[in-house]
Amino acid sequence: MNLSEKDVRYVADLANLRLSDEEVPRMSHDLGQILTHIEQLNALDTSNVEPMAQVLFDADETATLREDIPHTPLSNKDALANAPCAGAGYYKVPKVIDRT
Amino acid sequence: MSTPISLPELTIASVRDGLLKKDFSARELAEAALAFAQAENPKTNAYLTFSPERALAAAEKVDMHIAKGSPLGALAGVPLGVKDVIVTKGLRTTCGSRMLEKYIPPYDATAVIRLEEEGAMVIGKLNCDEFAMGSSNENSAFGPVRNPRALDRVPGGSSGGSAAAVAQGTAVVTLGSDTGGSIRQPASFCGVVGVTPTYGRVSRYGLVAFASSLDHIGPFARTVEDSATVLRAMAGRDEQDSTSAFAPIDDYGALMKHSVKGLKLGLPAEYFEGLTSETGAVIEAAVKKLESLGCEIRQISLPHTKYALSCYYIICTAEASSNLARYDGVRYTIRAEGATLADMYRNTRGVGFGAEVKRRIMLGTYVLSAGYYDAYYKKAQQVRTLIARDFSDAFKDIDGILAPVSPFPAFKIGEKVDDPLTMYLSDIYTLTGDLAGVPCMSVPCGTSKDGLPIGLQIFAKHFDEATMFRVAYNYEQATTR
Repeated sequence: MNLSEKDVRYVADLANLRLSDEEVPRMSHDLGQILTHIEQLNALDTSNVEPMAQVLFDADETATLREDIPHTPLSNKDALANAPCAGAGYYKVPKVIDRT
Repeated sequence: MSTPISLPELTIASVRDGLLKKDFSARELAEAALAFAQAENPKTNAYLTFSPERALAAAEKVDMHIAKGSPLGALAGVPLGVKDVIVTKGLRTTCGSRMLEKYIPPYDATAVIRLEEEGAMVIGKLNCDEFAMGSSNENSAFGPVRNPRALDRVPGGSSGGSAAAVAQGTAVVTLGSDTGGSIRQPASFCGVVGVTPTYGRVSRYGLVAFASSLDHIGPFARTVEDSATVLRAMAGRDEQDSTSAFAPIDDYGALMKHSVKGLKLGLPAEYFEGLTSETGAVIEAAVKKLESLGCEIRQISLPHTKYALSCYYIICTAEASSNLARYDGVRYTIRAEGATLADMYRNTRGVGFGAEVKRRIMLGTYVLSAGYYDAYYKKAQQVRTLIARDFSDAFKDIDGILAPVSPFPAFKIGEKVDDPLTMYLSDIYTLTGDLAGVPCMSVPCGTSKDGLPIGLQIFAKHFDEATMFRVAYNYEQATTR
């Protein structure tokens, strides 16, 4: 299975990932190799098999619900402490809405 | 302090003994462990951050308990290292990534809180593959870890620093994480005990998410008993993780000492294909040893094993592509500027992530993208059902499964770094345990002719860690005394 450089750039856009011109052909080669290996799954008939999303444990349906007890959440200051750019209690990002 | 403390020989029990006999105080032990770890670190690069303040604060509490004669916790005064994908409040947690080089978490992981409540002293944070993605620790943004048993070789990964620290003796026990073999494979490469508990046994709260349906926290130790003590101290339901289980926690320390006579252990044919003859011979001898102790050995088949690698790399990359979307230049310390919001996201992720993380985000995004979801992701989830069913079918007739951990012992640094698929193949015997969610561990069982450690893998039924530890403990006692 081949993944063209055009495909790689399209997927990188979906993933919000900037790839350099050197990274694109390398990625195309590596992903192609892995996808070729993965094709072996097609040999397996899974038409009547339920998909498994999670390892489950035996418990009552409502077991994971807890009492609704108020607690003190992370403070605004602590939550923003790792932000590369923050001010007035908010994260700051480049301008998103252009008012014209 | 009468005689200098020999850190590589300490166990949880000997630490307790030394404290109670006043051979050393917890403070003296913490200082000695920190000094030793700092002095040894240039050899292996196992630690990324040291935490003297945190360790000394924990030591002070333990010494106060001793002075007052109050009861000591299960891990009183035990020097503990923590893999750097597990968050620690106020203590830098990098995930081995440039993306989080300066990240100071505002909270503690539940597992760390529970071990500290039992008196453990966190001495530092341990190097690992970036976001736990790798099998050799060569994907760390802060340089590879070297295997203390052979410094030109990898310690395994992704929890390479956690295995190396225990092997080197700079910590008595450490925490790692396992998504596809990241505890058992480095434990086997470094000649220490490494445990991947049942999925849900230990809360994942505070474990930086890689693939949520596969991620486990587990211990490394030099003895089976120490690994069981750490697991028991951190196991159990946590309201902060809805996937953490309510299952009762057995007294592993007592149950492991029961004889293994009459236990039925399976040898899956599929795990004895494609391994080096040396590894095969060492595993075979270990199986014989257990047979001589009274275990009944049966040949079994786990027929879908050969599909595990493909299944795993679809599921783990899909989950990773979603989990790692949060590193976008807004919340987590670094930002590369861009003209638009999307450019800022893309530039930040382009400079913040390393090659393997990018590869997995790309593969995961691809398999989840429009038109491919059923062909890849749903298909992989169906294959996962078949792999899990292999185990539940086998466990109808047997109590445990024995297998190698890795097809070969530790390889040379740089040997496989340019070929991702070959690197992935070093995990073929460990991926299934995570996919099925069963408990599994690596216990040292010999060495190659070059003196490289080899680990025996033991699987047990869901939540039956007690039987897994029993096999491991009986084997360890029969071979090391």
